[in-house]
Amino acid sequence: MSKDITLNVNGIDHHVNIQGNETLLKVLRDKLGLTAAKEGCGAGECGACAVIYNGSPASSCLILAIEAEGVEILTLEGITPKDHLHPIQQAFIDKGAVQCGFCTPGMIVTTYSLLKSNPDPTEEEIKKAISGNLCRCTGYVQIIEAIREAARRLKRSKGRRK
Amino acid sequence: MKNYINLGRDVNRLDGYDKVSGNAKYIADYEFPGMLYAKVLRSPHPHAEIISINTSAAEKMEGVIAVTHSGKCSHKMGLYLVDRPVFATGKVRFKGEPVAAVAALTEDIAAAAIKKIKVRYKMLPLVDNIEDALKKNATLVHPDLMKYSYLPIYYPKKGTNIFNHFPLRKGDIKKGFKQSHKIYENEFTLPQIQHVPMEPHGALAKWDRNDKLTVYSSVQSPFTLRNLLRLAFGLSHKDVRVIAPYVGGGFGGKAGINMEPLAVALAKEAKGKWIKLIFSREEVFLGTTVRQAMRARVKTGISKNGRIIAEDIEMVFDGGAYAEYGTNVVRAAGYTCIGPYDIENVKGDTYGVYTNHLVGGAFRGFGHGELHWAVESQMDIIANDLKMDPAEFRRLNVLKPGSINSMGEKITKHTGNMVACIDAVAKDLKWGKSSKKPAKPYIKRGKGLAVLEKAPAMPANATSCARVKFNEDATVIVHFSGMEIGQGCITALTQIAAERLKMDVSKLHAAGLPDTDFSPYEWQTVASRITWAVGNAIINAVDDAHAKIKKVAAKVLKVKTSQLDIDGEKVFVIGNKRKSIALPLIIMGYQYPDGHTIGGPVEGVGTFTPNLTNLDAKTGQGHAAAEWTFGCEGAEIEVDTRTGEMKILNLVGAFDLGTVINPSTARGQIIGGMIQGLGSAVLEELKYKDGKIANPSFVDYKIPTAADLPDKIKHIFIQTPDDGGPFGARAIGEHPMISIPPAIANAIYDAIGVRIKALPLTDEKILSSLKEKK
Ligand code: FES
Ligand code: FES
Repeated sequence: MSKDITLNVNGIDHHVNIQGNETLLKVLRDKLGLTAAKEGCGAGECGACAVIYNGSPASSCLILAIEAEGVEILTLEGITPKDHLHPIQQAFIDKGAVQCGFCTPGMIVTTYSLLKSNPDPTEEEIKKAISGNLCRCTGYVQIIEAIREAARRLKRSKGRRK
Repeated sequence: MKNYINLGRDVNRLDGYDKVSGNAKYIADYEFPGMLYAKVLRSPHPHAEIISINTSAAEKMEGVIAVTHSGKCSHKMGLYLVDRPVFATGKVRFKGEPVAAVAALTEDIAAAAIKKIKVRYKMLPLVDNIEDALKKNATLVHPDLMKYSYLPIYYPKKGTNIFNHFPLRKGDIKKGFKQSHKIYENEFTLPQIQHVPMEPHGALAKWDRNDKLTVYSSVQSPFTLRNLLRLAFGLSHKDVRVIAPYVGGGFGGKAGINMEPLAVALAKEAKGKWIKLIFSREEVFLGTTVRQAMRARVKTGISKNGRIIAEDIEMVFDGGAYAEYGTNVVRAAGYTCIGPYDIENVKGDTYGVYTNHLVGGAFRGFGHGELHWAVESQMDIIANDLKMDPAEFRRLNVLKPGSINSMGEKITKHTGNMVACIDAVAKDLKWGKSSKKPAKPYIKRGKGLAVLEKAPAMPANATSCARVKFNEDATVIVHFSGMEIGQGCITALTQIAAERLKMDVSKLHAAGLPDTDFSPYEWQTVASRITWAVGNAIINAVDDAHAKIKKVAAKVLKVKTSQLDIDGEKVFVIGNKRKSIALPLIIMGYQYPDGHTIGGPVEGVGTFTPNLTNLDAKTGQGHAAAEWTFGCEGAEIEVDTRTGEMKILNLVGAFDLGTVINPSTARGQIIGGMIQGLGSAVLEELKYKDGKIANPSFVDYKIPTAADLPDKIKHIFIQTPDDGGPFGARAIGEHPMISIPPAIANAIYDAIGVRIKALPLTDEKILSSLKEKK
């Protein structure tokens, strides 16, 4: 069964024709060309497909596209500023938090949401926040360091803006 | 350390932008117009005869374009032993083996069509473990073993399930045991585990009507894949093109040939169309390769003064249903069988056997995680029994300059410094001082350590090629085909090129991701060999480019080429820097004032071949190790003796990796490897029930998350330059994973006095061993 719906992704309304059983992840990737979110398991177990859904991080592989109508969706593409990198992204590079990169979009999305709600997380809070995002390459240590660094930089730039 | 301009420096990853921005494309991100989507039908049985396959209902479905199975595609494949059919042929040998495949307009149609294929099976007796495989009159998983083609460095045994036997003989084992003061015998085992790259395997294939084949794949080995595809499908190298995008983690699981032939077989049936096949996570568990299970029996003879003088080690690997690549795991474990020890008399017998389990293959460590699990547990048992300090016992017995290793190679001061690795770990663990006593009496703490060594396991003809190409503004593009699988090779190799060019790394661009039509040849991205081997090829390529520049400059400046030198900006006469030509004026050809131009665009080519020999068939003696990396890993843990619950307080690893090219990426390899090692130590195990895999998902097969990190984790670089490595660098990719399991097992013994000899070291196992002890 196909259906026409409107998805609000990264602040833009997209009119798409979808199948009733299609996940949000599949529609983002296949129909909107937003391929930053990855499919690592398709079962809500790895976090590679994380997007910000209604203000909190969610596994887009578990959400049916049809349910997402009217919801504000933010993907890594939407987090990335127009002509440079977001401080979180830059911190991930500077701290060596990236290896194969497959988990990276999901990690950054999760970090973005964490730092929005908790700008100064402790190490334990960081570990807890990313414990649903599997990474097989890094052993997480440099990712945690990058998140702390990103928090520091975001705080500093906020201070400057005041 | 020398004064380098680009080495030993945290140059940010050159692939960093692509990966943090979502710009990096992985196999599943590719879409082409008119693409077809593939699904695979897999065997529900671990061992059965295929009576019939009926695909007519599937073929009739609307939207189904191609259906294939062994009746249409009967090719076999394999890197070292060609025993693996693309589709199960005649019988199925493991649960999950591909039986048929469908390509359709959509994934949903392909999935529905798969269900309409009718296969009739007749059950065959199950070979469910190493004991089944080895027993007298065992069911043979491959009765035709001796008819398969294989490289002459492997030794299958007729009429058995043994696909390779690697013998090693050194000294006089009988005499060694006779002279021994004490003899220890133990058995150790470990189960199959999965690589679990976060990116599932995938391939895209198009077979054109003019018989040209193009393949995109999540592959560690584009050229080897091209070679094996053309062998399997009977094509010429020139007609097969493999393009490799970023790979989302490999760990050996994307080495050699994998699932690509399934896509190619469909592409052959639907000529001119792109076929896309992306595995689900369950298929990654079932349908790729795994680390082989192993059983080791170690017998060690000790002299009065605590020296190991004899060791007899038998290792049997459960290679699963097909040996293929795993054949060489047996060989590699076999030639390193005693680990990094100086032992005069050695008898090693390493076997690989077929079972009806998942296919074993290359896995980070390549036999060395397995052998060190046995050897390093055994060493701890001995040291404790002798009432010797386990660190001291190792210092006394490990390889040092002047020692002869298992296969007869002489260790020099350039080979690396094992004792320094032990000392560094001991220092970090405050070795010799007992752990702080926990407040609660039922919590016990302990420390353990374990050493390791590994050389790249590769055939003697594993070669590399690289190119450096000057641009008009004297910036440089570097071409190589080492795969960026996360380890950071694009960055490290570009740093090496920049160093040799005497330029800042910002003047270089790495073409990186290979396309076999355009990129220089590379055997495979495996064995931790890329920075080391390709680094050498790059140095040669830079030297070649420089020689070309000098040749033209010598004419212009009217000097001999030997009088010239080049820095990052100009070619100049040695001792007279003013007599020079700026690089931009010469790297596209030098133009005289009258317009006449000599020379041409400068491109350097370099190759590298390791200096190795085959090993003697009866004794395993010879030279198979291009370079060694030594290391030591340590753990401090605590156990709640009421519940068996273990907590990792501290993990530390020290590795002699020679010159460190990029400290940040090297650290990433070490920490990442140690945590993967932690997974294999305490969590990971593929479980079977009636020969069928019981936990093919993240719900039931757990890998470490951020919540599983130890309280402390530390890496230590020991830097003894390797005389054969680029600027003295040596391999580090696999090593950090290797000895974490025995380090933790040894720490458990230290804490609570129980010895666990079967991985993984779960809380339940700790608790039940505690109960047994009482
Ligand atoms: S793909 Fe959605 S959680 Fe793994
Ligand atoms: S960087 Fe490879 S999975 Fe995280």
